[in-house]
Amino acid sequence: MSDSPAAVESRDLALRHHFATQEQQRRAASLGMWLFLSTEIMFFGGMFCAYLIYRRLYYTEFAAGSRSLDVTLGAVNTAVLICSSLTVALGVRAAQMGKRKLLVVLMLLTLVFGVAFLGIKGVEWNSKFKEHHVPGTSFHFEQTALDGKPIDPQHIQLYFSLYFAMTGMHALHMIIGVGMFLYLTYHSWKGRYGPEYFTPVENGGLYWHFVDIVWIYLFPLLYLIDLKK
Amino acid sequence: MASAAVIPEREHYLNQEYGIRSWLLTVDHKRIALLYLMSITFFFFIGGFFALLIRLELLTPAGDLVQADTYNKLFTMHGQVMIFFFLIPSIPAVLGNFLVPLMIGAKDLAFPRINLLSWYLYIIAGGLYLHCILTGGVDTGWTFYTPFSTAFSNTKVIEAGLAVFIAGFSSILTGLNFVVTIHRMRAPGMTWSRLPLFIWAHYATSIIMLLGTPVLAITLVLVVLERAFHLGIFDPKLGGDPLLFQHLFWFYSHPAVYIMILPSMGVVSEIVPCFSRKRIFGYQFIALASIMIAVVGFLVWAHHMFVAGISLYSALVFSLLSYLVAVPSAIKVFNWTATMYKGTITFSTPMLYAFGFIGLFTMGGLTGLFLACLGVDVHVHDTYFVIAHFHYIMVGGAVMGYLGGMHYWWPKISGRMYPESWGRLAALTVFLGFNLTFFPQFILGYMGMPRRYWQYPPEFQVLNVFSTAGSTILAVGYVLPMVYFLWSMRYGKIAPDNPWGASGLEWMTSSPPPTFNFEETPVVTWEAYDYANIPAPEEVPVER
Repeated sequence: MSDSPAAVESRDLALRHHFATQEQQRRAASLGMWLFLSTEIMFFGGMFCAYLIYRRLYYTEFAAGSRSLDVTLGAVNTAVLICSSLTVALGVRAAQMGKRKLLVVLMLLTLVFGVAFLGIKGVEWNSKFKEHHVPGTSFHFEQTALDGKPIDPQHIQLYFSLYFAMTGMHALHMIIGVGMFLYLTYHSWKGRYGPEYFTPVENGGLYWHFVDIVWIYLFPLLYLIDLKK
Repeated sequence: MASAAVIPEREHYLNQEYGIRSWLLTVDHKRIALLYLMSITFFFFIGGFFALLIRLELLTPAGDLVQADTYNKLFTMHGQVMIFFFLIPSIPAVLGNFLVPLMIGAKDLAFPRINLLSWYLYIIAGGLYLHCILTGGVDTGWTFYTPFSTAFSNTKVIEAGLAVFIAGFSSILTGLNFVVTIHRMRAPGMTWSRLPLFIWAHYATSIIMLLGTPVLAITLVLVVLERAFHLGIFDPKLGGDPLLFQHLFWFYSHPAVYIMILPSMGVVSEIVPCFSRKRIFGYQFIALASIMIAVVGFLVWAHHMFVAGISLYSALVFSLLSYLVAVPSAIKVFNWTATMYKGTITFSTPMLYAFGFIGLFTMGGLTGLFLACLGVDVHVHDTYFVIAHFHYIMVGGAVMGYLGGMHYWWPKISGRMYPESWGRLAALTVFLGFNLTFFPQFILGYMGMPRRYWQYPPEFQVLNVFSTAGSTILAVGYVLPMVYFLWSMRYGKIAPDNPWGASGLEWMTSSPPPTFNFEETPVVTWEAYDYANIPAPEEVPVER
């Protein structure tokens, strides 16, 4: 892949005035991203903490709520996200090696996977909405007992509150990620990234992996609490 | 500009560009610091106005100035404005923003545009909160306790919650910027053991901002969701548990106290050696004490919930851990005192504030030990004793440090000297006013006067009158510096580059500094606070 002189120049301009070297700038951006991800861990951590406590207290309700979810769709979504993480990882490599077309294709693929995930999630939410499983005034859970143990109508609502809060916050991060990949695809197409300057692709990839990992935890915690039927 | 200057002035960050655009779109950390200075000063006076109304109401035992529901809003908005819109950003976003790059020999923070973004987030949050105040206010107490905030209060909880949520992100971005800058942007030779203690304090503060604030953010999101969409997480009627809210809230909000006090400790660590003309005593201990406060500070939150129904065993553990925070705090106080021992002390304005800080912080810290003690806490919980305790830390400590720092670095920031005698007068006024306001509250609390009530039994009146009188003196003490700082910008003496003969890279560049801070990147070959080898200023601005 040959670079036009304009592209080379734009990479030199990418060194901002207050850094001494490209290396310093790259390492600063990378540390910044890791720190941002640590704040994200704490952000989701609040909800995981609530989940942990309530699941321990109200196991029966959480198991019943978990069984009402569609495991197949959840599993498909997990696979979709793992594929998208692969395309992102390959994309960073493509950027480092300066393969512009490959990079564009991989960014586009990631976008498609991301949108597919959101679509499937939307289908799941829609069915929950129809079943009146969305917490609020019209909440209704028909099942009253699980394996002989009674289900408390308030605590089953708690499960769904956490389900929607956690998957909702995750989906919000996905939407932000999709916007980010639109940006990255455009600039990859313009040839902005190459062996000397690939920080945005790398940091975008880190963000995407983080969102992916959150789902890797959410899937078993929400869908697979008690699978035996 | 009305008239062009006759003598061409040296170019610096203030006069390089003019016009509103050059300020609102600036990415210069020094200009952003001034933007923050103006905005937090605005909120400081709003919060102070609420405080004065509270004190006026408490002048008499009867509820005569305002009604109970107005009073609830007043103390809520006083707390939220002061904490989230003044104290949390105060030193980090103003002095830290200005000084962190200067002190480590960098041209700017690592992410200048993110720095500007953090100010805009702050302004959006502040605007939203102002709107909330003007359209009815909020009455949950600054703590947003559920289920009152999510089910019962019919005030603007959602707006206030979102405002604090957004302000939190402004604080996260500031912290992130500092950590990356301190790691990656230090000048050649500026090793970790040569960093000024101000930098160590900001490093510790930033860690808390990064790891604590997101937890508050998600907690407030859940509160808003519960209130708006009945997504029950905390409301017992919806299956939740209010205690969980308190755990999550205090997980941030207790460390937030250290966000407020650690930067002040950093300021004092700069002022004390400078005006004692001695190297700081126990550099490593003070630096590590900052980190230890940040770490242990994360493990003490449940001491706010000793009477909220947590188990006795966890209360015991949290009580012990709370005592532990006293160790690094005491290390600092002893080391500052040891620094002054046999030093050549100048009683300049910044030093007066530093003295005030050390004394008041010690009182605040020691009364904190009373509260960490399970038995005593049951007696004084939710009384004015608690109010007095945390005001000694946050106002006596954090604000004293902030004002001391503002005076100490004002010549660098503005290029002008403030009037020294007025400065000392203001420092004394603040100290006297503060003690008159808050010391009586210790006694009131110990006698059993509960917090958050607009009426009280008549036998408490004398002490309350003292307190209200003190608050007006305190107000004068706070208005004075604002007046003479503004005055000095036009009429103050031109400041030399290093008026105090202080150590630190920020004093080696001109006052005010050029836009990129240094003519050439400095190379550091000396230890911090090397006062043995720094001559005292030739023309001493302060008589000894």
